[in-house]
Amino acid sequence: MVQRAVISGIYATPAGKLPGSTCMSLHAQAALGALVDAGLSLDDVDGVLCAYSFTEPHQMLSSIFAEYIGLQPNYSASISAGGATACLMVMTAKALVENGTCRHILLATGDNRLTGMPPGGAVAALAHFGHRQFEVPYGMTVPACYALVAQRYMHEYGLTRDQLSAVSVTQRRQAGLHPGAQFKNPITVEEVSTSRLIASPLRLLDCAPVSDGGAAVLVSAAEEVAQGSRAVPILGAGQKHTHEHIMAAPSLTRFGCRQSSATAFEQAGVTPQEIDVAEIYDSFTITLLVELESIGFFPKGQAGQAAASGELGLGGRLPCNTHGGLLSYGHPGPAGGMYHIVEAVTQLRGEAAGRQVKDARLAFVHGDGGILSAHCSLVLGK
Amino acid sequence: MRPKPVPIANADTRPFWEACNRNELIYQHCLSCGKAQFYPRALCAVCGAGTLEWRISKGLGTVHTFTINYRPPDDTFASDVPYIISLVDMDEGFRMMLNIQECPPEAVRIGMRIRVIFESREGQKIPQGTPSTKIYSSKTKSFPSQKG
Repeated sequence: MVQRAVISGIYATPAGKLPGSTCMSLHAQAALGALVDAGLSLDDVDGVLCAYSFTEPHQMLSSIFAEYIGLQPNYSASISAGGATACLMVMTAKALVENGTCRHILLATGDNRLTGMPPGGAVAALAHFGHRQFEVPYGMTVPACYALVAQRYMHEYGLTRDQLSAVSVTQRRQAGLHPGAQFKNPITVEEVSTSRLIASPLRLLDCAPVSDGGAAVLVSAAEEVAQGSRAVPILGAGQKHTHEHIMAAPSLTRFGCRQSSATAFEQAGVTPQEIDVAEIYDSFTITLLVELESIGFFPKGQAGQAAASGELGLGGRLPCNTHGGLLSYGHPGPAGGMYHIVEAVTQLRGEAAGRQVKDARLAFVHGDGGILSAHCSLVLGK
Repeated sequence: MRPKPVPIANADTRPFWEACNRNELIYQHCLSCGKAQFYPRALCAVCGAGTLEWRISKGLGTVHTFTINYRPPDDTFASDVPYIISLVDMDEGFRMMLNIQECPPEAVRIGMRIRVIFESREGQKIPQGTPSTKIYSSKTKSFPSQKG
């Protein structure tokens, strides 16, 4: 019999400047927090998954973490797929539980890339996502690559400047309802639309910040979790990978999230219309809008309008990134994607306080890595 | 000051970079499936065949998308901002990332015709784009053509 996988514990540190933190201390804080949340201890853990780090880069990060926290797991691996990593960790853990390899797997992420790197260090490091011979020599950056998508999207679908800005405004309002968010002060469409140009058409407030932070989840076999616990089943998961470099993307308006989400929805036996709350990767405002359309939550060319009319906010048709997302909660690398998962579980447990989506029973989570290259989708629910 | 990044050729790409130094833009053409391929690889990413031949591009293409970049990746591009990064669809059926040079940022458009020029960096020429028809900036006081 296939063992069902559940998310049995979650923890997110605040994001922003966390002086005194290290990559590994953030991993440990988040991991121990998730174990306390699950009512379990390190002795219960038989598997460890980690992601990657800018401040303590190492090819065996999960081994470093296990050693740091004093764990000798039976299964340990590091996963590196950019912004898709956190979802990919959950999908991998789900498979490891379902095939009986592990009973309790700790998924830990964290990085202090705001205080632990020189100014501009994260931007320079991210430029290495580009092709060394055919992109990097042209002065590319990750924001510039997403700007290439945004420019084409505006050209083909008439997406407007103020519609992009509405994404930032809505998420900032929601971040104001979360004590851990890096940016809580409200912003206006005009402030976003006139903020400093980074790579046209993208401006400063279209871009996720650089943050310190950590987040962890515990994935367990359902039968290992006490009856009546707050554990949330992982109902479906899917991936699609279409390219890495933006110059090799098959399309600049249709992306692999269509297939990854279709797989996840099919496995869960639900449709996009049944989703109560969505936590979708938002490295830039354009990222969220193109993914909402590729996934099928909105018809082509209509996500911008939905953002402008408040449909992506609390009380709207599809509340998105209810913790503020990468844009306003913060973006410490792989932990940024893990924040989306922690928030989805928090919503499904009904513990999101002032930002709670009423009667949230089904959540969709999506991560994208590279330049809309690597896609992983999850459906979580009761 | 540190120089801008210079491509380092490998076995897949050496013929391409050597051709650039002769002011030639070359690309791979698959003899099995007939598709043009860029960037250079050891096999055809469409059909898997190893039957690739190098062909010389006319160096003409069209802007598929662009951005005017204000935030450089590091200090080596700091004095260039704002600069244009574009994905250009070459007439032979392959796509490249290029900077659009000798073009005022406000003049670049999706669909603009581009011709390839070569920029020298530390002894290696790299392909760049420029408008196929000369564009004069409204900010230029005198037309360059007046200088002959």
